[in-house]
Amino acid sequence: MEYSEKVMDHFMNPRNVGVIEDANAVGEVGNAKCGDIMKIYMKIENDTITDIKFQTFGCCAAIATSSMATELIKGKTVEDALALTNKAVIEALDGLPPVKVHCSVLAEEAVKAALANYFRSIGKIEEAEKLDSACDGCCEHCSCDKH
Amino acid sequence: MEKRFVYADNAATTKVYPEVVEEMLPYFTEVFGNPSSLHHVGQQAKKALDSARARIADVIGAAPEEIFFTSCGTESDNWAIRGASAVYARVNKIEKPHIITTKIEHHAVLHTFKALENSGYEVTYVDVDENGKVSPEAIVSAIRDNTCLITVMLANNEMGTIEPVADIVKAVKAVRNIPFLTDAVQAVGNIPVNVKDLGVDMLSFSGHKIHAPKGVGCLYIKKGTRLKNLIEGGGQEKGKRAGTEGLANIMGMAKALEISRDRMGEAKELAAKRDRLIKGITSLPDTYLTGHPTDRLPGNASFVFKGIEGESLLFLLSAAGICGSTGSACSSASLEPSHVLTSMGIPVEICHGSLRLSICYETTDEDIDYMIENVKKVVERLRMMSPIYN
Repeated sequence: MEYSEKVMDHFMNPRNVGVIEDANAVGEVGNAKCGDIMKIYMKIENDTITDIKFQTFGCCAAIATSSMATELIKGKTVEDALALTNKAVIEALDGLPPVKVHCSVLAEEAVKAALANYFRSIGKIEEAEKLDSACDGCCEHCSCDKH
Repeated sequence: MEKRFVYADNAATTKVYPEVVEEMLPYFTEVFGNPSSLHHVGQQAKKALDSARARIADVIGAAPEEIFFTSCGTESDNWAIRGASAVYARVNKIEKPHIITTKIEHHAVLHTFKALENSGYEVTYVDVDENGKVSPEAIVSAIRDNTCLITVMLANNEMGTIEPVADIVKAVKAVRNIPFLTDAVQAVGNIPVNVKDLGVDMLSFSGHKIHAPKGVGCLYIKKGTRLKNLIEGGGQEKGKRAGTEGLANIMGMAKALEISRDRMGEAKELAAKRDRLIKGITSLPDTYLTGHPTDRLPGNASFVFKGIEGESLLFLLSAAGICGSTGSACSSASLEPSHVLTSMGIPVEICHGSLRLSICYETTDEDIDYMIENVKKVVERLRMMSPIYN
C-alpha cells in the first residue's frame, strides 16, 4: 500500500487523539467486522468547536483521515464543520489509494454523527435527522456515491 | 534498545544465500549455453541442468526424472491441479470432475479451484479444526465417485500448522488411487520433506522461499502420474513444460535446497527462538497464538491482537525496522480478512488484528528481544487510540 507523505505523517503522529470527558458531541461510525471504527468527541461552545478528539480502530488511512478531519474542523463553527467533505479530507492528505477512499467517507460520517448528537442534545431534531446516515463503514452493503 | 533492522517475513520471501549467488554466477557468463544446443557450451549447460535435477531429487527422495522445473510455486500448483485432474477425468471417463482441497490453502490452489469451479467442476473445501489441522477422515469422507484430484498443503503459510499429509495420503489411497498433490512451498527447506514418506503423487515448491532467487519453482511428479502438458514448445521438461530453462536460477535452487538440508539440525534452535518470541508476545493481554501450538513450522510465529488492526500494526513495526506480515483485510486489495484465520473459527473482528513474524536461521536472540519489545510498544500504542479496547 503506497501512501502519501502526509498520510504517513498523520498516521505516525496523529493529531487530537484521545477522549473528551465532558464532550457535548460524540459520534461513532463503522463496525469491527469491517475493520474500521471511528469515534469523535467535540466540545462545542457558542457554536464553535473549541476542542475535538478522536479514537480510531483501523488501518493507516483510517487513522490518518480521522486525524486530518479533526484538524480541519478544530476551532471552526458548526456550520463550517457541516460543510466538511471526504474529498476535502483526501485533498488535505495529498490523496488516498482508491481502496482506502472509504476511510475518508467514514471520517466525514464520524464528524456528522457527532454533530447529529449535538443537535439532538440541544433539541434541533430536524437538523440531526438530516445528518443521520446509513453508512456503517462497510462498502460491501453500501449504496453511497462517495467512493 | 537501539534501532535494528529485523527481517521477519521469511514466509513471504527470503534473502538469497551468498553461497547460492556464488553457485549461480558461472551460469550467466561462462556456462551460458542453451541446454538444448548440441555444441559444447550447450552440452555443458545440459550437464549442469541434469546435475541440478539429480541434486534436487536426492534431497526430497525422488528420482531425477520425477523433477520438473517451473517458474514458481504458483505455476507448479496450477499445473498439478489442472493437469492431473483433466487426465484422470479423461482416462476414467468422468464427465463432471470433482476435486477436493481444504479451506486454508494458498490462493495459488484456492483460486485455481475457483476457476475450475466456474468452468463446471465440482469442488469441496474441507474444514480444519481450531488449530488449523486437517483430518484424514474429513478428506476421505469428501471423496465421491467422480473425484479426480485431492490437494492438501504440507504446512500453512499464514499460521504455520503442519498437516498430517502422510496419513491423509494413506487414507485416500486406501479408498482409490486418486492423484494427490501437496503444496510444500512453506515446508521445503524448513522441515524434512521426503516424497516417498509422504506418499504423494505431486509436490510443489519454489526457490525464493528457501534462500534461492525468485522466478524458479519445481513440481515433483511421481512416475506413472499423468498430467496434461502445461506449455507447448521446444520440448523442454520432457515436452510437458516447454521454454528454455532458467539455468542459473535452477542451479541456485539446487544449492539452496542442499544448504537447507545440511542445516536441518539447526531447526531445533530456530524453533526455540520462535517459542521465545511466542511466549514474549502472548504475555500481552488479549493476544493469542494462531495455528498449532507445537506442530508448526520452526520459523513461524503468528498472532491475533484484540482491538487493533493489522495494517497499522505493520506500518508502525516497519517504522521500528521490523518487517512482518498481516492477514488483515485492510492490507489486501480485496478488503477481505484472511480466509485461513476465519476458517479456524477466529471471529472476523479479531482477524483484522493479525500479525505473522516468520524468522530464519539468521535471526538472532537480540532480534527476538527487539521484536518482543517493539510489538508490545506498538500494540499498546494502537490500543490506546482504539475505541473498542479499554
